[in-house]
Amino acid sequence: MTTLSLQRQPSMAWVGTVTRSREFSVFLALVILIAVTVAANPRFLSAQSIKDLLLNSSILVILAVGQAIVIVTKNVDLSVGSVLGLTAFATGKVFIALPDLPVIAMLAIGIAFGAFLGAINGALIAVAKVPALVVTLGTLYIFRGVDFAWAQGQQISPSNLPADFLALGAGTLLGFPYLALIALAVVIAFGLYLNNARSGREFYAIGSDVLAARLYGIRVGRKVFSAFAISGALAGLAGVIYAAKYGNLDATAGQGLELNVVAAAVVGGVAIAGGVGTVYGAALGAVLLTTISSALPVLGVSPFWQRAMVGALILASIVLDRYLALRTERRLRGHDSHAG
Amino acid sequence: MKFMSTTGSRRLAPTYIAIATGLALALSACGGTTNTSSSASGGGATSSASADPNAPIKEGLKVAFLPKQLNNSYFTVTDRGGKAAVEEYKGTFSEVGPSEASASSQVSYINTLTQQGANVIATSANDPKAICSALDEARSAGAKVVTFDSDTDPSCRDIYVNQATAEGIASTQVKLISDAVGADGGDIAILSATANATNQNAWIELMKKELQKPEYAKLKLVATVYGDDNAQKSQQEVQALLQAHPTLKGIISPTTVGVAAAAQYLSGSEYKGKVQLTGLGFPSQLKEFVKNGTMKAFALWDVEKLGYLAAYAGAALASGQISGAEGQTFKAGTLGEFKVEPDSTVLLGDPTVFTAENVDQYNF
Repeated sequence: MTTLSLQRQPSMAWVGTVTRSREFSVFLALVILIAVTVAANPRFLSAQSIKDLLLNSSILVILAVGQAIVIVTKNVDLSVGSVLGLTAFATGKVFIALPDLPVIAMLAIGIAFGAFLGAINGALIAVAKVPALVVTLGTLYIFRGVDFAWAQGQQISPSNLPADFLALGAGTLLGFPYLALIALAVVIAFGLYLNNARSGREFYAIGSDVLAARLYGIRVGRKVFSAFAISGALAGLAGVIYAAKYGNLDATAGQGLELNVVAAAVVGGVAIAGGVGTVYGAALGAVLLTTISSALPVLGVSPFWQRAMVGALILASIVLDRYLALRTERRLRGHDSHAG
Repeated sequence: MKFMSTTGSRRLAPTYIAIATGLALALSACGGTTNTSSSASGGGATSSASADPNAPIKEGLKVAFLPKQLNNSYFTVTDRGGKAAVEEYKGTFSEVGPSEASASSQVSYINTLTQQGANVIATSANDPKAICSALDEARSAGAKVVTFDSDTDPSCRDIYVNQATAEGIASTQVKLISDAVGADGGDIAILSATANATNQNAWIELMKKELQKPEYAKLKLVATVYGDDNAQKSQQEVQALLQAHPTLKGIISPTTVGVAAAAQYLSGSEYKGKVQLTGLGFPSQLKEFVKNGTMKAFALWDVEKLGYLAAYAGAALASGQISGAEGQTFKAGTLGEFKVEPDSTVLLGDPTVFTAENVDQYNF
């Protein structure tokens, strides 16, 4: 099964069908949601509103791509919100120290810093053989704690940040927000890599059947390590973008975001059990979740119920995901004797 | 190394995620600075009558500031003000506090301060009742207790330093949006913190009352939305507001997170300068936006002076200048003289209004 998924042979077509239909259903849900909201208020499709939707979802999309890669290997990264927060605060600190630093250099610093934090996760998981859930729950608090200790209650204000950096947060290129273009580039790059490159397929192999992957000669530990480094790097990128978008930063930036990220990936069809899902799906899940929270107030849903609605929609997708996972597992048992 | 390794436990994975999710949800629910309860009710602290307004401030007073939580920029500023005051009267300043603003997290810090023989404990309570017995113990050991920003039950402390009255906040906010929108008036909306925030709701009610005054007849409040003191949620609520109410002329956001997020959004959107914004915000956060024309003015009490006044109130208590009874007066350094009001409360004053002209003078 593992070797098959490496080469995407026709006998694995049902997996492709399930995931493809899953992405399509997420996309369909998005279209329906937008249609319903537009019916209630046509201004939901105004140029400004579309720009807002794109801007709102770009951070979550970038994080969801990283999370998808980790979840595909049957791990989870709960530390992304803290990595984002720490990188965002670091961005402010770097700009206070070096106000003339080019924006592109700051993005590179953020990615490198995030990759370093992700590598800590990856090393603990791959070398110390501790479950990812435990490690990243620990680093969630550690990274946030470092952030708190570093910030000591200070704030970064827009006046601390260079104007061209803040322009990255709100500016557009041919009508498209920079942030959305960055997010799109991330999605396409990692989508192509995971789908086509041999080393990209190896993530799926590990998540599908780790023993078979090992027998096949994949260096599982190193691969899982790199998944966490990628997730960290993308969270670092998202942290720099967060700083550009909001301008006002304290040590709490991105707190609780990890839950939205995992939810976005799961809603987008990335199976928690590993081995299934695409970054396109995760990105769509992120756009869907963001659009839900933008649409609910437009639809006039009572503020008391909005959170419950978002939660219900997440639960519904996880239940659907579980159902599909069980069904495929059963099918797998039927077709393939070595399951387990 | 992996999440799970056998097929059997593979089924458990979602359960673990759910548990972790729940945990993180519970832990991420922490308080914002403006969701505090500022109205004191009930009887004042029982105070002995022996107060000598002319007594000098004792030197070497041990003054401890115990904010709701450390790492909260609001309290970083109040405590900075407190420290300045303590240094002026040659006391010893210390700052301790929990990292989380949960109900009982301050208790152990109060107990430690009691053992260390603190003369003054200045605190902003996470919960009006949870720290009462600890404060009672501190007071029977000789410490004077001053609450600021967020009060305890009046019986548990000697003095409450109130940053601003709810009426003062409401009337300032309505006045500012009225001035910004102009004489023609129009539709306005409120962007609040959470739907259940006591303080916010009290202010909103008073703003509604204020809007009924004849001078505000042309302003119409069309919606109140809740950004949960989260930057992204606040921006999404503002976006929805502007879509649902195309004629909207102004937004009031009486919460620091909300007003900063709204300003950030408006300044990068087509609504900049067309939809007015005011609220309660930090000068450091909103400086850019009053200068670039996104907003004309906003308000907040002087946070640094709040801590400064609390430190002086504590010193006045510990030196016997006041006992907390109504009508007593004390001098708070450069701020001048303050009078103790009913319920052993001292009022800092009206909120300060910040505009492009004066915003650079403030350092918080």
